[in-house]
Amino acid sequence: MNAAAAAAALSDERVLIDHSPPAVAAHAVTRRYGEGDTAVDALRGVSLEVPGGELTAVMGPSGSGKSTLMHILAGLDQPTSGSVEIAGIEIATLKDNELTKLRRRHIGFVFQFFNLLPMLTAEENVLLPLTIAGRKPERPWFQQLLESVGLQDRRKHRPSELSGGQQQRVAIARALVSRPTVLFADEPTGNLDSATSAEILELVRRSVDELGQTTVMVTHDAVAATIADRVLFLADGQIAKSLARPSQAEVIDAIQEVTGQ
Amino acid sequence: MTGVALKGLLARRVRAVLTALAIVLGVAMVSGSFVLTDTISKAFDSIFTSSYSHTDAVVSGRKLVDYSNGGNATVSEAVLERIRRNRDVGAAAGALIDLNGDSTHANLIGRDGKAIQSNGNPTFGFGIDTSQPRFNPLKLKEGHWANGPHQVVIDAETAKKHHFAVGDKVGVAASGPRESFRIVGTATYGDVKSLGGATIAVFTIPTAQRLLDLHGYSVISVAAKPGVSANRLISELKREVPATARVRTAKEQANEDKKGVASFISFIRGFLLGFGGIALFVGAFVIFNTLSITVAQRTRELATLRTLGASRRQVLRSVVLESFAIGLVASVIGLVSGFGLARGLSSLFGALGLTLPQTSSVYATHTFVISLILGVLVTVLAGFVPALRATRVPPIAAVREGAVIQRKKRLGPVAGVILFGIASALIAYATLGGHLGSGKSLLALAGGALLGLLGVAGFAPVLVTALAAVVGIPAKRLGGAAGRLATDNATRNPARTASTAAALMIGLALVTFVAALGKGLHGSVDRAINKQVTADWVVTSQNGWSAFPAGAGRAVTKAPGVTLASDIRSDRGRIGTANVNVNGVEPATIARVYHFDWRQGSNATLASLDGHGALVKQRFAKKHHLAVGDAFTLRSPAGKPVRLTVAGIFQPPQVMEVLGGVVVSRQAFDRTFTRRSNSLTLIDGSPTQAGLDRALAAFPDAKAQTKAAYVKAQSSFINTMLNLLYVLLALSVIVSLFGMLNTLVLSVFERTRELGMLRAVGMTRRQARRMVRHESVITALIGAALGLPLGIMLAAAVTHALGKYGVTFSLPVASLVIFTVAAMVAGILAAIAPARRASRLNVLEALKYE
Repeated sequence: MNAAAAAAALSDERVLIDHSPPAVAAHAVTRRYGEGDTAVDALRGVSLEVPGGELTAVMGPSGSGKSTLMHILAGLDQPTSGSVEIAGIEIATLKDNELTKLRRRHIGFVFQFFNLLPMLTAEENVLLPLTIAGRKPERPWFQQLLESVGLQDRRKHRPSELSGGQQQRVAIARALVSRPTVLFADEPTGNLDSATSAEILELVRRSVDELGQTTVMVTHDAVAATIADRVLFLADGQIAKSLARPSQAEVIDAIQEVTGQ
Repeated sequence: MTGVALKGLLARRVRAVLTALAIVLGVAMVSGSFVLTDTISKAFDSIFTSSYSHTDAVVSGRKLVDYSNGGNATVSEAVLERIRRNRDVGAAAGALIDLNGDSTHANLIGRDGKAIQSNGNPTFGFGIDTSQPRFNPLKLKEGHWANGPHQVVIDAETAKKHHFAVGDKVGVAASGPRESFRIVGTATYGDVKSLGGATIAVFTIPTAQRLLDLHGYSVISVAAKPGVSANRLISELKREVPATARVRTAKEQANEDKKGVASFISFIRGFLLGFGGIALFVGAFVIFNTLSITVAQRTRELATLRTLGASRRQVLRSVVLESFAIGLVASVIGLVSGFGLARGLSSLFGALGLTLPQTSSVYATHTFVISLILGVLVTVLAGFVPALRATRVPPIAAVREGAVIQRKKRLGPVAGVILFGIASALIAYATLGGHLGSGKSLLALAGGALLGLLGVAGFAPVLVTALAAVVGIPAKRLGGAAGRLATDNATRNPARTASTAAALMIGLALVTFVAALGKGLHGSVDRAINKQVTADWVVTSQNGWSAFPAGAGRAVTKAPGVTLASDIRSDRGRIGTANVNVNGVEPATIARVYHFDWRQGSNATLASLDGHGALVKQRFAKKHHLAVGDAFTLRSPAGKPVRLTVAGIFQPPQVMEVLGGVVVSRQAFDRTFTRRSNSLTLIDGSPTQAGLDRALAAFPDAKAQTKAAYVKAQSSFINTMLNLLYVLLALSVIVSLFGMLNTLVLSVFERTRELGMLRAVGMTRRQARRMVRHESVITALIGAALGLPLGIMLAAAVTHALGKYGVTFSLPVASLVIFTVAAMVAGILAAIAPARRASRLNVLEALKYE
């Protein structure tokens, strides 16, 4: 299959994604850790909508609550108050089994430390979400995926035989394989050198453009944020600023602005 | 998901194997027990069936009394003649073969002049009518059957082992003094490969009758005429034989012969399986601990699976599947190793003087099924709690550095205390009720011990910090910084250290219990014999407990220095339906060598023991409502009745009674019991060993020893038993050793980065090694600190319950020291590989380690 045909096939996929409701929505989310005097408010009322087919980056200094926000948006953590919807489903009240099903259908994860299973090959790692869900991969889609992340000749390798960049590619393919409603990337370049980071960011951007993959990316890297359609800046548990398609300079300014407060 | 779990296991092969080893030994013990006992059972089966292979019916003396020296009633020659004349009988032959009793027993004398006997094994002397080979259970291997009064055929195994060939002369001693025979042939018993330690000598019928002091035959084998059914033959024969004889089919007779052996084999099987069970129990601890650690170390991996959509159920299933796979592999290895272990157990029994007959090994289906199911079940059960814990790993642990599994509130200590309470109640019930020995109380005792161990394991985490502070003192003093860090490491995860130590605790508690109980029993046996026997020297049979020819008792009187020799005859008799020990004593001399604890009567009463007077043991008198002056009838094993009158009542100790049941005069005994044999001859005076040995030269089965040596020999079975128990319990200690090894390997792995840091700031390789070793020794000592007191408490309870048998509790100090040292050695051994690994760590790699 040539690149043009692959691109056409990928854009067909895009038609199937329903854009109408936001992929993820949060309303007045707060999160408090601990109790009494030692309580820490990580989030103090965050409301946002992540539109379908877009790449949203979340930035902020350490302790700003950006990781907490992502954990809550992804259903890994429960908000103290407020509500979160993923693909129109209110997740705060879901039971563990329902959350599991939600993850299978709607959520993909990319981690800072890749989190690949060391005993599985690259291919097996990519297929893992389907294996877990008891689904068979659609072969043509799987082939395209491997090609587009550039892993065709690495499929039988184990994580220990792959470079960091290659491991993160495997992780991205793994997150995309079940075509989730939203992909959460937690500092996806945090553990990579700058050249490799650029490749990975290019790949993330391409999956948004070609697959219409709604993506939420937490990062503290100004360069990474420039690939986003929208960048949210968090400070002290609140959204301090929001920029659409900012340049690197704008991002750096914004960071200084929010940390300077 | 299944594949993921199995691939994970394959990727951590070494760890999986180490985990599996914990269960391998237990399963091997189970499988070995089955193979060994099935093999022995088959050997006995073939002994008993080949006895009657071409026989339709068997006529034997009716059994009136169990465990008699004299043997049951015999069947007379006249009965054989009558049977032969019956028109339905094709052929019939009499024989003197008593596989279960002592009546056809003849010692072969080895080239060293001593009786050939491995203790406890039968020494058969048979009389066989070899003119009718169809009834002969033995197969001739060389030479010919005995056909004269001085000829004998011996079993091929004994001939080979003791270098006898056809044509050689061999000494034989049965009921009388030794005689010389010429070996005219060798034979094997049926298809049995080895008779264990048993010897067989085959004589002509008249020779055997004379040697064994028996009249008639012990069995008559009968074959029906062609066309006559077995049933018809049986009913015909029943009309021919007297009331003292029984008629059975060959199969019934074989089953009857096997009864005693079958219960003995099932006892051995249960006994060995018990130790397999203990090893599995310890193995379960090790599995539990190892899987708990690996689950904790795989937190991030499990959480990642959850973020990728794995449900709790899937996580549970994958960890359970992992333990299932470990259990299955371990069980298969264990099953096969058990085949080898069976041989080891057999030689262990042999080394302790209990050689058992052998045939080609039997691998029965139940061996496979039970071993595999048990091994897998134990592993899966032990792995279930860690698996449940794995399901509690939250998905967020995938992104959070150092996330720990949220623990539910720890129920361990509370549950432990409750279990320990229940255990104490059970043990108290078993030991204070005063009826220890009943099935119910033994079960309560075993259950109590088990729950007690579990209970202590439950609350051990609470004790670990305090215990480590105490047992860690030497490490701190001697080990410097490494020793201090080792103590801290041991208390860093108290639950982990506790369950590692608990595995060792079980083995140590049990050996301590055995040691303390053994010491108590030893004292009780010594005291009981010393209290009764006041003689200077004692004559016994070679093995110390079976009967020896009465002639030996007379022979020692001729040894210089002997002022008095008093014979004690013994056999079993029957009063009503009850069996009772019967002793014949010499009224004039017995009081000078035996101390009577009179309840009614005095030493003067002995003078009234004429032909009809009897002394009765108090417990026996109570049970059968006998008072002084009452008359009762005693029957000999052959059924001969004698009317006796109670002349006095005495009470021997409740263990090791030298005289018991009913005591009559020697004359009365000899009139009633056909075959005269002594259990003891008690000697006063100052003879020499050499003089006594010379006097007993014609009686190789008898030996003379001083009273002190006699007391020591009588309690030596306790030492034998202790050694057997130690060896079998060592198995579970080894299992716990693997547990310690596992924990250390995993801890070192887990602390790679920390070790790298320590090395980076200046810890030497040697110190790193020492740190791991000290941690291991501290864990082992915690196991000892928990196990030894537990074993002592249990032994104290049980010895208390056995108080009426003269058993008193005393602390086996030497054993405790040995066990503590053994625990330390175990700790050092377990630490060898992990310590080496810790010391060889590459500092840079370790610091990079993620």
